[in-house]
Amino acid sequence: MSDLCLKGENVHLWRGDHHVLRGVRFQVAGGECLQLTGANGAGKTTLLRTACGLAYPEGGEITWCGENIRKDMHAFHAQLAYLGHEPPLKAELTARENLCYWVGVRRDLEREELDGALERVGADDWADRPVRTLSAGQKRRAALAGLTLMRVPLWLLDEPTTNLDAEGQKLVGSLIDEHLRAGGVAIAAVHHGLAVSMASALKRMELTLD
Amino acid sequence: MTNSGAMGRRDDAPVREHEGTPIPARGDHERSAVSALSAARLMLARDLKLAFRKRSQLVQPLAFFAIVTTLFPLGVSPELTRLRPMAAGVVWAAALLSSLLALELLFRDDAQDGTLEQYALCGRSLTWLLAAKTAAHWLLTGLPLALMAPLAGLALGAPTAAVPGIVASVAVGTVALSLIGAIGAALTLGIRRSGALLSLLTLPLEIPVLIFGARATELAIDGRAYGAPLQLLAALAVLGLTLAPLAAAAAVRINLE
Amino acid sequence: MAWTWFHRLASPPHVYRLAGRLTPWLAWPAAVLIVAGLIGGLVLAPPDYQQGDGYRILYVHAPSAWMSLMVYTTMAVAAAIGLIWRMKVAHAVAASCAPIGASFTFAALVTGSLWGAPMWGTYWQWDPRLTSELILLFLYLGYMGLRSAFDDVQRADRVSAVLAIVGVVNVPIIHYSVIWWNSLHQAPSVMRLGKPTMPLPMLVPLLMMLLGFTLFFGALLLVRLRGEVLSRERAASWISEAVRP
Repeated sequence: MSDLCLKGENVHLWRGDHHVLRGVRFQVAGGECLQLTGANGAGKTTLLRTACGLAYPEGGEITWCGENIRKDMHAFHAQLAYLGHEPPLKAELTARENLCYWVGVRRDLEREELDGALERVGADDWADRPVRTLSAGQKRRAALAGLTLMRVPLWLLDEPTTNLDAEGQKLVGSLIDEHLRAGGVAIAAVHHGLAVSMASALKRMELTLD
Repeated sequence: MTNSGAMGRRDDAPVREHEGTPIPARGDHERSAVSALSAARLMLARDLKLAFRKRSQLVQPLAFFAIVTTLFPLGVSPELTRLRPMAAGVVWAAALLSSLLALELLFRDDAQDGTLEQYALCGRSLTWLLAAKTAAHWLLTGLPLALMAPLAGLALGAPTAAVPGIVASVAVGTVALSLIGAIGAALTLGIRRSGALLSLLTLPLEIPVLIFGARATELAIDGRAYGAPLQLLAALAVLGLTLAPLAAAAAVRINLE
Repeated sequence: MAWTWFHRLASPPHVYRLAGRLTPWLAWPAAVLIVAGLIGGLVLAPPDYQQGDGYRILYVHAPSAWMSLMVYTTMAVAAAIGLIWRMKVAHAVAASCAPIGASFTFAALVTGSLWGAPMWGTYWQWDPRLTSELILLFLYLGYMGLRSAFDDVQRADRVSAVLAIVGVVNVPIIHYSVIWWNSLHQAPSVMRLGKPTMPLPMLVPLLMMLLGFTLFFGALLLVRLRGEVLSRERAASWISEAVRP
């Protein structure tokens, strides 16, 4: 398939006195999706943030395509998209404007792409309303539209299905499906299972509190 | 979903097609110097647009400036002859305090809604992006202050001939104030109710700006040549321009950890 | 091979033991030098050409002022080392320095004020040195305030390290701008002595005091550092052995 691979070796991280990540080991290759489960506070968000380079582990290393991510963080970041708990949108801008400024800083966006992505997530009616007027589910959909526009091989998603109805959850599943089919890598922290059709491409890992 | 083949990427960097998902080649970031500038411009446009959507917030630092300036005649004396010797100092003290107030606008919103984090992860230089945010901040607060300052000066007994000098000194000085303030704002990002701490951190660092700026304004009010302190002020602004966004980016990344 | 001592310095238990052993080696010479310096300065040195006996507070003021700057620099260097090489112990050193430096600064302010009072008639003048020391005190207070605003010690360390580095770059700028500001208004500083150069009997006790204060800072730093290390590593296993009497 490809040489894309995100690997974490023996990752340790402390927050104060709390040993959050205790020797975590994972490997996700192109076309695979790692589903992270665990109770609240088990470290799913911390692991995602460590994998994308925001948090710095005290031990172990994270490699992308064989190279330590710290070697060239800008290049690594250019290849990943991270979605945190809250959709990263400015309340005063419209969904469309938000996407322009969010994705536009990485690459030039064509108008058709933008329209296409918004249509895909069902944003025809509300794409040009200020985000503060949108529901939580609509904001989440707008964030997903941004995700698809990034065109990056690595997706790190923190509870991507929050606030979404059944249809929205299917949308997430199909977006990840397409991403995997194109050879991309995905790690998603979830409470419930993802509606990904490629069951064979799904790996699971559970983090425990200790 | 649009087919990547019909996407029309203007970017002519080599791209490894991967069954539909174009993956940027490793060397793409080498072109980042040019892209950093365009990313910065986009950030500037974004911040200006955001500020104009919340226009009422822009007026607050200016109103504060006016009020603080008014306190001095009320506290000291209504006589312009007594106010004029300290006009420069009062204008500058008010400017420092107003720019502190305006610092809230700089990073707080972006930190709270997660957009700052996205900019730390976008693969472009955060230093440039924060420099752009600081530039927007100056355009929205420092420049208006510089245009209001002569009014305060006149109200405190300065002659009208001093107006260009007052505008020039406050305009250049507020550039340095915005830059130093950006460091303070970045350091206190995660702290709730950081107002007093932000002042304690930022004001001592801004004292050289106050000293040179007030001197330039004072000379302008007295009708003397103010070039020398203005140049020193500009030097501080340039130093701030090279170092402050860097320090602020470091502080932001630490606070995002 | 040469780096092993550097890496061992990064190990908290090693630093804890080393600090404990070194402290008396700094504390005793410091005590001797300070006592000797005080005797030399307060009793043996000749009166000043202009100020008579009133200048003698210099023997406490000058070392305090000197130390206030040196400690800030030490703090900034330690913080930078901690930031760049991610050494926890370096951050502990920086944290230990701050209250010591602030105390030296405060002492310099008080002694400076007492020195000037007979000549000025008031307890405060905006003398450039005193004003610089006051601003330095604010810098220390800001640093300590920033540290205490974070619950997470690691983040407090790293954020305040950025502040310390920014501060240390600013200190010379602030110092010279204050001197410039003061010179505009031509207020002569009383904190100088009559003769252009100091005679040896005046200079020697001053140097002894400077060295004594430096060693005193070293000893104090080591003592505080041990406390810092203990509190930071309280969950670690080596603590129970180290602290056992």
